[in-house]
Amino acid sequence: MFLINCPYCGERDQAEFSCGGEAHIARPKNPPDLTDDQWAEYLFIRKNDKGLHYERWNHAFGCRQWFNLARNTATDEILAVYKMGDKPPKLYANVPITPSGEPDIGSGNLSTSKKK
Amino acid sequence: MTTKKKYSFFSIAKNALSHHEQWQKTWNSPEPKKNYDAIIVGGGGHGLTTAYYLAKNHGIKNIAVIEKGWIGGGNTGRNTTIIRSNYLWDQSAALYEHALKLWEGMSQELNYNVMFSQRGVLNVAHNLHDVRELKRRWHANRLNDIDCEWLDTKKVKQFCPIINTSPHIRYPVLGATLQRRAGTARHDAVAWGYARGADEMGVDIIQNCEVTGINIKNGNITGIETTKGTINSNKVGVAAAGHTSVIANMAGIRLPLESKPLQALVSEPVKPVIDTVVMSNTIHAYVSQSDKGELVIGAGTDGYTSYTQRGGFNIVEDTLMAIVELFPIFSRMKMLRHWGGIVDICPDASPIISKTHINGLYFNCGWGTGGFKATPGSGWVFAHTIANDEAHSLNAPFSINRFSSGELVDEHGAAAVAH
Amino acid sequence: MKRLQNNKNIEKNKIINFYFDGKKYQGYKGDTLASALLANKIHLVGRSFKYHRPRGIVSAGSEEPNGIVQLETREYTEPNRRVTEIQIYEGLKAFSQNNWPFLNFDLGAINDLLSPFFPAGFYYKTFMWPPKFWKTYEFFIRHAAGLGKSPKKDDPHKYEHFHYHCDLLVVGSGISGLYTAEIAAKNNLKVLLIEQENEFGGEILSSHGDNPKINNIPINIWKNDIINKLKGYSNVKIISNTTCFAYFHYNLLLAIQDLEPEKGLSKTHEIRQRIWKIRSKKVVLATGAIERPIIFNNNDRPGIMLANSARKYLNKYGVSVGQNLLFFTNNDSAYETAIDFFHKGLNVQAIVDVRNETNGHFTKIAKDLGITILNGYEIVNTIGRLRVQEVKLKKLHTNNIDENKSSITIKCDTICVSGGWTPTVHLFTQSKGKLKYRDLDGSFIPERAFQNTLCVGSCNGDYDLHKILESIPSNLNNFLDLKGSKLSNEENYKTDKVLNDNHKNIWITSKQKISKTKMFVDFQNDVTAKDIKLALKEGFQSIEHVKRYTTTGMATDQGKTSNVNALGIISELTNTDISELGTTTFRLPYTPVTFGALAGRHVKEFFDLERTTPMHDWHVNNNAMFEDVGQWKRAWYYPKKNENFSSALNREVKATRDSLGILDASTLGKIDIQGRDVSEFLNRIYTNAWSKLEIGKCRYGVMLGDDGMVIDDGVTTRLGEYHYLMSTTTGNAASVMSKLEDWLQTEWPELEVYLTSVTEQYGTISLNGPNSRKLIEKINSDFDFSKNNFPHMSYKNINLCGIDCRVMRISFTGELCYEINVPSVYAKYLWDICIDKGQEYNITPYGTEAMHVLRAEKGFIIVGQETDGSVTPVDLDMDWIVSKKKFDFVGKRALNRSDTIKKDRKQLVGLKTKDPKIILEEGAQLVEKITTLPMKMVGHVTSSYYSPNLNSSFALALIKGGLEKKGEKLFAPMQNETIEVEITDPVFIDPQNTRINQ
Repeated sequence: MFLINCPYCGERDQAEFSCGGEAHIARPKNPPDLTDDQWAEYLFIRKNDKGLHYERWNHAFGCRQWFNLARNTATDEILAVYKMGDKPPKLYANVPITPSGEPDIGSGNLSTSKKK
Repeated sequence: MTTKKKYSFFSIAKNALSHHEQWQKTWNSPEPKKNYDAIIVGGGGHGLTTAYYLAKNHGIKNIAVIEKGWIGGGNTGRNTTIIRSNYLWDQSAALYEHALKLWEGMSQELNYNVMFSQRGVLNVAHNLHDVRELKRRWHANRLNDIDCEWLDTKKVKQFCPIINTSPHIRYPVLGATLQRRAGTARHDAVAWGYARGADEMGVDIIQNCEVTGINIKNGNITGIETTKGTINSNKVGVAAAGHTSVIANMAGIRLPLESKPLQALVSEPVKPVIDTVVMSNTIHAYVSQSDKGELVIGAGTDGYTSYTQRGGFNIVEDTLMAIVELFPIFSRMKMLRHWGGIVDICPDASPIISKTHINGLYFNCGWGTGGFKATPGSGWVFAHTIANDEAHSLNAPFSINRFSSGELVDEHGAAAVAH
Repeated sequence: MKRLQNNKNIEKNKIINFYFDGKKYQGYKGDTLASALLANKIHLVGRSFKYHRPRGIVSAGSEEPNGIVQLETREYTEPNRRVTEIQIYEGLKAFSQNNWPFLNFDLGAINDLLSPFFPAGFYYKTFMWPPKFWKTYEFFIRHAAGLGKSPKKDDPHKYEHFHYHCDLLVVGSGISGLYTAEIAAKNNLKVLLIEQENEFGGEILSSHGDNPKINNIPINIWKNDIINKLKGYSNVKIISNTTCFAYFHYNLLLAIQDLEPEKGLSKTHEIRQRIWKIRSKKVVLATGAIERPIIFNNNDRPGIMLANSARKYLNKYGVSVGQNLLFFTNNDSAYETAIDFFHKGLNVQAIVDVRNETNGHFTKIAKDLGITILNGYEIVNTIGRLRVQEVKLKKLHTNNIDENKSSITIKCDTICVSGGWTPTVHLFTQSKGKLKYRDLDGSFIPERAFQNTLCVGSCNGDYDLHKILESIPSNLNNFLDLKGSKLSNEENYKTDKVLNDNHKNIWITSKQKISKTKMFVDFQNDVTAKDIKLALKEGFQSIEHVKRYTTTGMATDQGKTSNVNALGIISELTNTDISELGTTTFRLPYTPVTFGALAGRHVKEFFDLERTTPMHDWHVNNNAMFEDVGQWKRAWYYPKKNENFSSALNREVKATRDSLGILDASTLGKIDIQGRDVSEFLNRIYTNAWSKLEIGKCRYGVMLGDDGMVIDDGVTTRLGEYHYLMSTTTGNAASVMSKLEDWLQTEWPELEVYLTSVTEQYGTISLNGPNSRKLIEKINSDFDFSKNNFPHMSYKNINLCGIDCRVMRISFTGELCYEINVPSVYAKYLWDICIDKGQEYNITPYGTEAMHVLRAEKGFIIVGQETDGSVTPVDLDMDWIVSKKKFDFVGKRALNRSDTIKKDRKQLVGLKTKDPKIILEEGAQLVEKITTLPMKMVGHVTSSYYSPNLNSSFALALIKGGLEKKGEKLFAPMQNETIEVEITDPVFIDPQNTRINQ
């Protein structure tokens, strides 16, 4: 259970929030000009990164405000919280050394992976 | 490749005499060769069945299954083992029913007892909307020749006497569908059984080998980079579940997937108390009892992307609230073990079993919370797709292209209740 | 029940009677069931899972693998309770599990003789023929498996959840935990100290009490002092009987507190257990260590137990676990136990030590006392069926010599085993801290914390008290950042250095004979070293595979005493370093946790909140039947005496069309929308155009997702230039609100729009039927309700009985309708007036079912019934509502995808059965041709009713290409009959809209 620092209310339990998925996917300004593939890209295609991930959260059982949050999906560390419209901060994350590997610490799968 | 000695009661008795020191390896763990006719990335149920059916149905035997950890260690070994085929849409029903038929002969075909237990699955309705939707599915199943029955509340009680069918509970049981051929299986055994079968046909099962790159030349796949070196092949099938996006990324392919935590738990083992599988989508309660005696309980997914195999505990609490609501006698039972997995979910809650724009690269993913039941069917059609470079009729509707055309197979069921 | 000393932990003046397997015994207040049974010389308490071998109590804590019982009967019963954790109370009833007919004589023990045929995973290799027989095999397997029995009655108790926030949580109240808590307390931190046992003190309780000494004070007195001091701090809370079982992100820990440990069969409805949800800024884990068994042949007989546990029974409870004791160890700690037993006058047969040489502090004392020490020996076998009687020893490394010559046989009734210690790192690894393997004592110990976590004492792999006391202040200084702290040197605790010899790893004795022996690794699941060897032989190499194949570590103790030993055996058999094998995952919970406790108060009437309308009591008093719609309770129909569902329904439907019906529509979602850009906002989220809607007018809108599929519909009214009131469906109110906020805040922050949910601020009374105008005129005779002044799809603010109401002329029935939005507090008042004044028009309250019939007769859809997330407005034949002029709106682009523009999509049509008496079943599937199965389906029935107005049944359906097929025939193949239907227009009543426009 995360402790999320709502930019409007402060630290609250994750149960008060809902996640809106990947952030910074702008709705195209010219939908009629897009191909079906391009529209599908906007609608459905997601980065789904293992590691640093920018996403939207809503303080649903609080101020009802949406905001952005940067999280390491390989460890669930929350790295930054910032308001809608703000630019994503450049961050360092304790990401896996190999793409589908596990980070040095904080992984859910640590104890089964053999490190050499 | 070694011929496997047949398992039977007599083989156990015979081996007992030699103090069980003469058993063969269930599967071998060779070092990877330089070249294969096909590589399967992912040694879970879907990857192993794909290799098995490539060898068995399509005669391609020079295959490597590449697993970054231990086979069956992902969602295959973490799910609540519910197997059923009572899906709404024709496309899904056909695919899952094909799988169910394979389940029905699996232990004998593999000579490995996967303990497929056709104890029936109840899908419970709690309001009029549920009744309407479940009846819609029941009639569709009937006409698709998939066994399904509608039980009214009284019959639900007869079939599963420990369900609380009091009309006074918050969301009373208004009826249920029952698929009698549905049930559960021993999940680990499925991975081991198919690994043994594939191994016997010459498939190399390579564990502790992580894929670190996909090699592509002129739009054709040429092989993969791994922690055990380069392995070449002009056919690569990816069945990497929660990590599919990570692999796809290496090939520059973007997919409509989100990987989310899914949690489950078991109780302490007790003597038989529930002889069927009960599922309630409305209040989120899924329970059956393993042959060992543990109540196996599935929770819902968390609403965010994560690869940590851990979710929020509020989800587990909600699940147990629902379990205690539906089965008040379980209130004094105890949670013994809890775990999480990573499920890759498509926007329409249906899988992708598809070719890609890179020749020789295939994806089998997006099974979300329900891939275990499809394991043999999924491998069957994915093997066909890889062998023929063309989808089997059963998986043609599950191509990546559907997200552009809009021809989704939306298995979320109906939208929330209204009016 | 004899006790050896006057022990403070049990109250000897309070005798307690209890029953085990129906036989009456006595113990004292303060006893656990285990200590009381042992005092009554009962070791044998259960039978093992697979082979039904007689098993005795092994430990004195939550790690107990064998001593598990069914506690109590009827609604109070609970399976698989550990005897070491049950505090006895008057009348306690416990029953051994997994045996028949008796614990002493269990027919299931035949499995032990047949054990050669039940190796690990035997069930994967057999029971396959004939295929149909699996059900039968499975029946027997299931009945043989399982331990205790599930309760069969509802739980009479309650459970609750408790949230706690603190600066420092200390888990464990041994020396390290107490010391930590005291330092934090002095520094004014808000501290919570939790202890899983009923008493504070941890390992101190097992000790002799006089030794060791801290600052020259005997440990027992030191402990009592510090606990008293802690209790005096207002910033400290200390609780016992509370087990911390989970450690999540952001220092959220869950603990379960047992509130009735001694009360026993308390009255019903009392709170039995409480879950603590603790968010602590920092966490110190002082969770101690668990003693390890040593694996030898027949190491599972009753009377064979962990040495330190035997010591705890001796020192805490005054119970001697035997008269003739033999010790078997690979480290110094067992010597302390042996010395304690020796001092109590018990017969210590020998200390068997696998180490060739020992010179530690306690080994010297033991030698000085004249205790026989057999260095360099190991146990090779034990004898004794229901209790160990004899042990066979062999000199280590003597394979070449005749075995008999080097072996010794010793009679004993108890073997106290110590294979070293396993730090309790469960919570640490749950916190995602990193472990490292220490070869010196074969332990996984904390290496690096991931969160704000510090491990102290033996859970950190530190066993030397001198060093622990020395390191705690400085470690805490850093960890708690205690600059200018109140720590001062004179307050620091010190103890004498004690010399201990090194531990010697011994994972398994008689390695070469594994296959012919029964060396139990996991007692409860009956996993032997032989099983592990077999698993490895069969190619199961990963520790996770071995665990799953053999089931080691998967019993109710989750391998607390067995996991490291299993690793050690694998390591020895495969010549692999343990650090390379890794451990299996330590999963939560630390000890099993009651479902009911996890559900807390959210059961029964609190399972989910029930939303009711202001008129709810009226519906109840007027015999309404209710329907759950989302969380709402909606009146479904109002049967009168002698009426059934359909007769009540027909009456309600007919009365509304003929004269006047009244519906409680308060549950519809209502969103107040204001701001400079509201019209533009509505243009973007609805398919149709809004800018030109006049103030005081209403418009129907359909909302899509950006995938083009219908997600909601409803009527929105323009109250002012910059003010609208949107209505949503009942079930989607919250999700629509959240979606709208999402669009505004994420995508269109440039729009000035404010959304406020006013669903609960207004009650909605819907008057429907040709006489509705007459009624409303009766209520306010001053207002001009004529069609000209107040036409269909318009809105007026009207005073009704002194209440300011928003009245809309919108209709979901196709009848003349006034929908009155009245402030909630007055809604019931106005409802009563409507009912009263409506009597002359036979005003008829109707429920949701009649509402469904009335709207379906008019061809109005219900989102979620006519739609299922795969339906576009075009599919619903509502092309007219999709603006062609607007450049963009949510969902527009998706309506032009290759699949959504297909002509043969499933489309909304009406259906009439050939026989008007037959009502189709909702959800029924439709086909063009009856064939053998599988049949090709072309669509399904979404809504179906009998209409007393049409005197026939009718239905709505989604049919492939249906819009082009009106007049054609279809079939609904039901289970016992086939129903012929004709595709019609979906509007069955008043297609010209004359009634609605009156």
